[in-house]
Amino acid sequence: MPFNLLKYGLSSEYPVEVDLPPPTELKPSYDVVIIGGGGHGLAIAYYLSKYHGITNVAVLEKSYLGGGNTARNTAVIRSNYLTSEGVRFYAESVKMFQNLSNEFDFNIMYSERGQLTLAHTDATVRAFRQRAEVNKHFGGRTEMIDRQQIRELVPSLNLDPGHLPVLAGLWHIDGATARHDAVAWGYAKQAAKRGVEIHQLTEVQDLVIENGRITAVKTNRGTVKCGCAVQAIAGASSLMLAKAGIRAPIHTYPLQAMVTQPFKPFLDPLVSSSALHCYVQQTSRGEIVFGGGSDPYPLYNTRSTLDLKESLLAHAIEMFPFMANAKLMRQWAGITDMTPDYSPIMGLSPVQNYYLDAGWGTWGFKSTPICGKTMAELVASGGKVPELIKPFALDRFSTFQQVNEMGATAASH
Amino acid sequence: MKIMNCPLNGPRNISEFTYGGEFKVMPDPATCSDAEWADYVFNSDNAAGVVREWWLHNASSYWFLAERHTVTDQIIRTFDPKEVFSQRVEFAPHAQEIAG
Repeated sequence: MPFNLLKYGLSSEYPVEVDLPPPTELKPSYDVVIIGGGGHGLAIAYYLSKYHGITNVAVLEKSYLGGGNTARNTAVIRSNYLTSEGVRFYAESVKMFQNLSNEFDFNIMYSERGQLTLAHTDATVRAFRQRAEVNKHFGGRTEMIDRQQIRELVPSLNLDPGHLPVLAGLWHIDGATARHDAVAWGYAKQAAKRGVEIHQLTEVQDLVIENGRITAVKTNRGTVKCGCAVQAIAGASSLMLAKAGIRAPIHTYPLQAMVTQPFKPFLDPLVSSSALHCYVQQTSRGEIVFGGGSDPYPLYNTRSTLDLKESLLAHAIEMFPFMANAKLMRQWAGITDMTPDYSPIMGLSPVQNYYLDAGWGTWGFKSTPICGKTMAELVASGGKVPELIKPFALDRFSTFQQVNEMGATAASH
Repeated sequence: MKIMNCPLNGPRNISEFTYGGEFKVMPDPATCSDAEWADYVFNSDNAAGVVREWWLHNASSYWFLAERHTVTDQIIRTFDPKEVFSQRVEFAPHAQEIAG
């Protein structure tokens, strides 16, 4: 058997599969230029090529594929949001994630474990009841559970941390994780197969806007004409918006997270507590990933701070006391573009053929498939906004029609 | 702990302070358009570089201004708002309520 395998491996009949074609020169012009080669940008390219037959597309990434904030999150997938607009949007995303490995023929390591959010006060219990009902109504699977059920679900959890005993939990059965890099790679590979060009190390430095329309983008590898452009860059949304002359309500904060040494499996669901500013999950490799609130003031920097480490560790240990003996392996931060209502900015912009996929704060990864699909519809139709993303338009701030999701973020950031 | 220099109280741990947003000039609410007001309330420059912003020293409820680099996190200087607000700001008279 091993010899056969070796022989087959060395034989010329071995089917060599190319993930991404080798880099080429930029063409002078594309129908669609997507700025940003993270999960979102690649997903838009994929759905444009798959559902709309638009393949004269360039994805321009200033660094490496999925090397920005796609690689810097904690990979949680959930739809237990607070507003009907939010739940509808994220519930669709969760459904798409469930089938993504099959669709790509590539394992994104989707793992459905459920997400448990803890309530430590009566006010939170009331808010959770509302969230559970809204969720059920719009297609999510969420219910309230009591202390006994929490104890059975997560035996290692300390139900009486300090002054904040756990009263109840919001049990979101659809909660899941997936490998974030694999999601980006899967989209990239399938988009490239259909003819989309993916250019890494290609930074968009300026936008050429004439008569209210974008006509070209200036990159470090030359100027490229475009029929339209989509901005899909997380962590620097404001900087690109400024080049387009667009003002937006975005503040950029770092969000720090960390991971411990591996342990044998002890924690199946993803557990979060907004009162303790902490969310904890165990990866399939056994490591414990935990994160909390954002930094207390805006910054474009992924540096680590002792203050945040200390507070985060203290809360994680309150939830799972045995973690006091764990060794930290890695720490990182992602850069989040926070909006005042904790919802994304998607759709049209004041520049006619310049589409926005911005303001993704701490909720970008979980929305990758549905965002890609709806943005592709928007681009392919030349600016007809799909129903699902209408509530997330930039102009909601000047018409005072915000989508308030502040209560539904995993921690209060 | 990162240290910030409060113009009133001297150097303190940054955990004693609260960030208060970008320094912006408020349009006159009685005369500005809805769009100008929404822009003032929600929109921000969110620049990567040196910015001027409001900070509060929590313990003494003292508001001051700081110049900070949002990429390096270096606090360049902090100063009393009277450097900027040297004169009383007079807004237009209140908008008259329309009877009916």
